Amino acid sequence: MALATQLLPEFRIQRDDDRCIRCKVCVRQCGFDVHSYDERRDCIVTDESKCAGCQRCAVLCPTSALTVMQNPYSYAPSSNWNRERITDLKRQAESGGVLLTGCGNDKGHRIYWDHLVLNASQVTNPSIDPLREPMELRTFLGKKPDRLQIRDGEPVDLSPQVTVETPLVFSALSFGAISHNAQLSLARAAREAGTLFNSGEGGLPRNLRRFEKNAIVQCASGRFGVEPEYLRRSAMVEIKIGQGAKPGIGGHLPGEKVSKRISAARKIPAGTDALSPAPQHDIYSIEDLRTLIYALKEATNYEKPVSVKIAAVNNAPAIASGIVRAGADVVAIDGLRGGTGAAPKVIRDNVGMPIELALAAVDSRLRDEGIRHECSIMAAGGFRCSADVVKAIALGADAVYIGTAALIAMGCTLCQKCYTGICNCGICTTDPYLSKRINPDVGSRRLVSLLDGWSLEIKEMLGGMGINALESLRGNREVLRGVSLSQWEMDVLGIRGAGQ
Amino acid sequence: MTAESAVKDPATEELPGGMEIDCRGLDFKTLNDMIRDAAQGGAERMVLREVYGQRYIGTRLNGLPPVRIDIHGVPGNDLGAFMDGHRLIVHGNAQDGVGNTMHGGEIVVKGRAGDVLGMSMVAGSILVRDDVGYRAALHMKEYGKTYPTVLIGGTAQDFLGEYMAGGRLVVLGLDTERHDMSFIGTGMHGGIIYIRGEIGRDQLGEGTRISELRPSDLKFLETQISRFKNTFDVAGRIRPRGFKKLVPKGKRPYSRLYA
Repeated sequence: MALATQLLPEFRIQRDDDRCIRCKVCVRQCGFDVHSYDERRDCIVTDESKCAGCQRCAVLCPTSALTVMQNPYSYAPSSNWNRERITDLKRQAESGGVLLTGCGNDKGHRIYWDHLVLNASQVTNPSIDPLREPMELRTFLGKKPDRLQIRDGEPVDLSPQVTVETPLVFSALSFGAISHNAQLSLARAAREAGTLFNSGEGGLPRNLRRFEKNAIVQCASGRFGVEPEYLRRSAMVEIKIGQGAKPGIGGHLPGEKVSKRISAARKIPAGTDALSPAPQHDIYSIEDLRTLIYALKEATNYEKPVSVKIAAVNNAPAIASGIVRAGADVVAIDGLRGGTGAAPKVIRDNVGMPIELALAAVDSRLRDEGIRHECSIMAAGGFRCSADVVKAIALGADAVYIGTAALIAMGCTLCQKCYTGICNCGICTTDPYLSKRINPDVGSRRLVSLLDGWSLEIKEMLGGMGINALESLRGNREVLRGVSLSQWEMDVLGIRGAGQ
Repeated sequence: MTAESAVKDPATEELPGGMEIDCRGLDFKTLNDMIRDAAQGGAERMVLREVYGQRYIGTRLNGLPPVRIDIHGVPGNDLGAFMDGHRLIVHGNAQDGVGNTMHGGEIVVKGRAGDVLGMSMVAGSILVRDDVGYRAALHMKEYGKTYPTVLIGGTAQDFLGEYMAGGRLVVLGLDTERHDMSFIGTGMHGGIIYIRGEIGRDQLGEGTRISELRPSDLKFLETQISRFKNTFDVAGRIRPRGFKKLVPKGKRPYSRLYA
């Protein structure tokens, strides 16, 4: 017998009845079935307990009759037993299970980007105006040689490199976690902008194979859809060890989301859970990692860079060193605020570290060991704007992964209900009715606009510092200063305080 | 059966269109370069002699027409990893990761094999004459009408068929007094495991149950047994008797884990 719920609705919906024209847009748009039409009374009734607060109904209501707000009613105020704690506790008392959530950590851990300020040129060195002078954002991802040998005008024995025209690369978002239309939008935008998208760990549907020059394909613990052609038709192969939103654990794509199309991409029977084990069972050590890195290099005839993605954890610098020594061409680090389609809430909110600290620590460690050039570093985990990107590159990143920002560009409002399989904006769902809400023409245009906007802003910031190539900013921590940071934090970040 | 007698396998003596590589002192990349060059040059059969732990044999042949490679010595880890459509025959023992994420073709080991054999394989088959190590057929999958087959002559160690999502795993238990492994089929949610010989319930992982053998199962087992006998030249009759059939309790092992 289901227990009667004791949960206080999270949101409150006000409907201005004078404005409501009973058009039922809200009824059709809400995948959570919050609104329903009562024919007898000719009115729309609302079940607030199901509301995710995504604002889809409020935005699409043609007469602006709806207001969705946080429920102003709460339990008696307490800093310790706050509303979230009480709600979570009651949910678990009613179900006895692990609480799931979506999107990235929302807990307000210190965002270091907001405590870093950038330099600019004044008098002693001229700034550059990117509108009239050439400015280069082009980035080469891959292992760089100890010294460059040129024979007949061509470099000799160069490891495979992937060129991106902007340091913004779309994060791993798997088919199954996101809809086909959303993945297609990312692929098309990546091709148009000269950058990369990442298949995630759910394989790649056949009709996306044509984007091979812009595809990073993942080989994760579930090995879903990892077939020879998938590896061959790619720009880069990425071994996924961990994810910032859920370091140390695997994932379960529930069987009800494993439709025919997803089963074809993942090569598992339809309707079964797609289980990604917590570890990769052929990797229990750095030596094992090396085995898989070289297995993938062999499988791709040494033509593609191999990336290894880890979550930012305490020993990230030492692990990154091991990854480079194991032969990886790219090290990707995903911080505490990285997003997810589904993760246990307790893991998302408590495990890992902010990308700023992990990135700086990894870059310093690899420099100290003299192996920084042997890999490119990709940073991931909650990049919100172009300034975050510029600061990350100054801290040592070669490029950044953007996931959440790309989803918001497509229509996401971070309601954190991705794990339910219901997504009113059509991104994090496999429901064909909801998926149609992403039109790949529109989705890819919005994504390209985002990349264009950020790229222009990055050029402006570079120009302001008198730098005309992103390469000159890479690892150039001298352009950063800390504000309101303690000494240990500045030590980790490898920067001085503002005014110092 | 020793490796010595296996060398005299008549199938490897004749090599129409084949070539022989002496692998002494070669690192794996050099060896795999040579194998790839030979396959690209049209070789359909190769014999590798004096193999000493070179890894990834068969992996670099992706996208090339089917090749048969006879391996004498001990091939290294990840034999046939990510392989598609080729045939590898090991006249001796193999190490860890045989057929890792394999996508088609056949691997025959005329001896024993190490851990994580057939991990995540989607199609093709692996036949091992003797025993295998831990976590064999881990997360093996299937799709549509295609399924992989792993056939083990002896016995296996713990976590056999862990996370199995599909495929057929047959353990014949030849020359095996008792199967010692535990946690069989932990987290299994697809496919079938057949084990010949006694298996106690306490040896099964959570989520796995013993099911009735149907006539279709016996027919499948008979086919696999004769395949095994033909491949390894085993004399005498192996009856399709005393098999236990293990299947998952459900396709959704962790469906009730979440709030």
